[in-house]
Amino acid sequence: MKLIFERSVPGRHLDLLPACDVELIELPAALKREVAPALPEVSESELSRHYTELNKQVHGVNSGFYPLGSCTMKYNPRIDEEMAALPGFANIHPLAPAHTTLGCQEALETTKKYMCEIFGMDDCTFQPAAGAHGEFTGVLLIKQYHDARGEGQQRTKIIVPDSAHGTNPATANMCGYQVVNIASAPDGCVDLEALKAVLGPDTAGLMLTNPNTVGIFDENILEITRLVHEVGGLCYYDGANLNAVMGVVRPGDMGFDCIHSNLHKTFATPHGGGGPGAGAVGCKAHLAAYLPKSALLGGGDSIQVRSFNGNFGVVLKAMTYVMTLGQEGIPEAAKNAVLNANYLQAKIKGTFEPAFDRICMHEFVLDLSKYKKETGVSALDVAKTLIDHGMHPPTIYFPLIVHEALMLEPTETETRETLDWAAEVYRNLYELGFKDPEYMHNAPHSAYIGRPDDVRATRTPVVRWTKA
Amino acid sequence: MGSYVPSTQAERLEMLKAIGLNDYKDLYRDVPAEMYLDAPLNIPQGMSEMEVANAVSAMAAKNKVFSTILRGAGAYDHYIPSIVKYIPAKEEFLTAYTPYQAEMSQGILQSIFEYQTMICELTGMDVSNASVYDGATAAAEAAAMCRDRKRRVTLISAAANPDTISTVRTYCYGTNDELRVIPAKDGKTDLEALKEMLTPDVASVYIQQPNFNGLFEDAEAIGEAVHAAGAMYVMGCNPTALGIMKTPKDCGADVAVGEAQSLGMPLSYGGPYLGFMATTTKHMRKLPGRIIGETVDSKGDRAYCLALQAREQHIRREKASSNICSNEALCALIVGVYCSAVGPDGLASVATQSMSKAHYLAKELCKIPGISMKYTGEFFHEFVVEMPKVDEVLKALEEAGILGGLPVDGGVLWCATEKASKAVLDKTVAIVKEVCAK
Repeated sequence: MKLIFERSVPGRHLDLLPACDVELIELPAALKREVAPALPEVSESELSRHYTELNKQVHGVNSGFYPLGSCTMKYNPRIDEEMAALPGFANIHPLAPAHTTLGCQEALETTKKYMCEIFGMDDCTFQPAAGAHGEFTGVLLIKQYHDARGEGQQRTKIIVPDSAHGTNPATANMCGYQVVNIASAPDGCVDLEALKAVLGPDTAGLMLTNPNTVGIFDENILEITRLVHEVGGLCYYDGANLNAVMGVVRPGDMGFDCIHSNLHKTFATPHGGGGPGAGAVGCKAHLAAYLPKSALLGGGDSIQVRSFNGNFGVVLKAMTYVMTLGQEGIPEAAKNAVLNANYLQAKIKGTFEPAFDRICMHEFVLDLSKYKKETGVSALDVAKTLIDHGMHPPTIYFPLIVHEALMLEPTETETRETLDWAAEVYRNLYELGFKDPEYMHNAPHSAYIGRPDDVRATRTPVVRWTKA
Repeated sequence: MGSYVPSTQAERLEMLKAIGLNDYKDLYRDVPAEMYLDAPLNIPQGMSEMEVANAVSAMAAKNKVFSTILRGAGAYDHYIPSIVKYIPAKEEFLTAYTPYQAEMSQGILQSIFEYQTMICELTGMDVSNASVYDGATAAAEAAAMCRDRKRRVTLISAAANPDTISTVRTYCYGTNDELRVIPAKDGKTDLEALKEMLTPDVASVYIQQPNFNGLFEDAEAIGEAVHAAGAMYVMGCNPTALGIMKTPKDCGADVAVGEAQSLGMPLSYGGPYLGFMATTTKHMRKLPGRIIGETVDSKGDRAYCLALQAREQHIRREKASSNICSNEALCALIVGVYCSAVGPDGLASVATQSMSKAHYLAKELCKIPGISMKYTGEFFHEFVVEMPKVDEVLKALEEAGILGGLPVDGGVLWCATEKASKAVLDKTVAIVKEVCAK
């Protein structure tokens, strides 16, 4: 379809503003731009149709099944959107006097209480704008803690399991730490001996996801956090997988010192095609003094990771969600997320094989390496064929410790009928790989586009439109 | 209580049975018994949708909504065209994840490609990423991308937004790199002081245009000095001003960043906003974050996908200089719709009207005895005045539904946009005059 620029006709426009009612001031010539930016010139009707057509080429979780592992694509309630858009919130300037923003402050305090209780932590900030940003903030808490104790120079290493999300090692690097990768045990859990071997006086901390990235709860978690604390390190909880355990077990009770939670995963705020999210960071009392604050809002010497109060609108959506579910609904959501994952895993079993054949948490990983050897059909081929069936593919080729991985996270908001249908599609595709692998190599067949040539997009990058 | 779990109790029991279990607790058998929560969380019981709507609305009602906002300092009250509110609310755009599967997310990919083009047009730069969190983190990411092994120090102007300075300082603390603040003189970056500070270890220099005091910096002269010293030049620009203002490219910038909230996003007590980030082709592969590229699909038709991913954290892991993955894609969509709605003439009109209203307000305020401009330089839509009785003035304005300027070091920082009519500006001036005369 056309780009918005290709619909542009000079002179078309919307009438948005009245004429200026004060004396017009022009920029001095030296400050003026030479050529006007080539923004589109369109009518409102064309503008509306352009984006409506684009919207038709998008699959959202509110359009259909979206079991993207590690991303917790649960239904995004409409009431949450409505509340965040209330003029009493949307029109509030972040630097308005405190006595005029009592409602905003109450919302932040209320959400903080909810999060502290769910996390098992003592304090919380909403300044980080996403999960990775929350990781950065959390590890900076650890850094400040060691610095304040005069151990900053000595503690130079952050331990990260090889099953971790790429953000974990990248975060540790951004915080000036040397990353120590440790191999996982065969079940994807932390190998205690490998951990002990790298712990020492130079340990700043450990970054861990629990349940881990293969969807298994590490039963040694108390021993793990104890060992790290024993050498003076701190434990960081990557909350990417919190949906499996919220209201059932708390990261604070597992021995973690700080945590981030992706509000756009666990707390049902929409992901918007890649953001905005929000990364709530919780911590125990001994780290609370190091939480970030805005300089313009009186932050003083505190660290700061973003302007003002973070993605406040996203926090409102999460607050509305927790308020709706309450103390019964939070664990109910977690338990049914786990139930749905296990049910789907069981229904697919016998065709694509689980990488770890056991009760899983909220997600599970299928290992297609044997299947690929037998059929030549890869995880990517299966993912692309799923698109033809109107469901979003799972996460593929992650975690890195499983080859030809498909990682499925159905979430609690799917019906049994959907899970039964999805399992049937997967089973059929399994068979199809033996009968007609070529068909799967060439999938998708009915999507808006065929497979894009992403090598070309990188080798000869075209990253903006230019007039022909 | 409210719940979004569709399965009935009977279905849940059947599903448990199907996997060979009797109880939910069996699902959590790896969880050590001492930490399994049998007691409920200490949060309130759930509520029906109507109760929630009432409770949250009651909270919103505790805020004071000003009918006129004459305060900026990084968050600007511009008119948001109606269509800009409705398109991003479409459920597919709203509820999709990152466009990992291009075949199922062409709409998002194309919208970001269009956004990248608009940012390139506004800044004059060659390549834009798909967005970062906000203007402050964009400045911090720019500082990081400009460092190499020898050049590690970042310079930032004292005339930049304090939140930006503080955020850049935090990112520098992370990587154990040094941040040095260039002093301000007469409200602007002190060029002579900067020249003294441009040592061979300086990686980049950040200035804001217009700066925190609303003043236009001598951006080209600063750029020349920075390049003469072999450092990279980062400009943080107000994107509304870019509708009429000389582009960072024309000022010699290597990286252009900024806060794009003013392009269609509500104030929303500070977020979600959007940081834009653009650079030259030369530095493209150092740019952090996602970048969407044009390609062809298997049928040879034009298509869009994630490009240049080898820069990113999921490939580079501990070698990545940025960990960003989620950005502000829906806000980038807002920018796309906003820029298409206003067009080049409309954006110029927003910028010119904002500037004109601010100049009118400044002129009228300065007619009041005791009030004067703190600085003399050219300004855009913000300016600092020295004035008496600041607290009383702001209180009187507040009672009239007007959010006055922000008290800052040595004065009050006012802002006007196209939304402020002459009548409301005159009313503001009358109130200020009355309070000051008492």
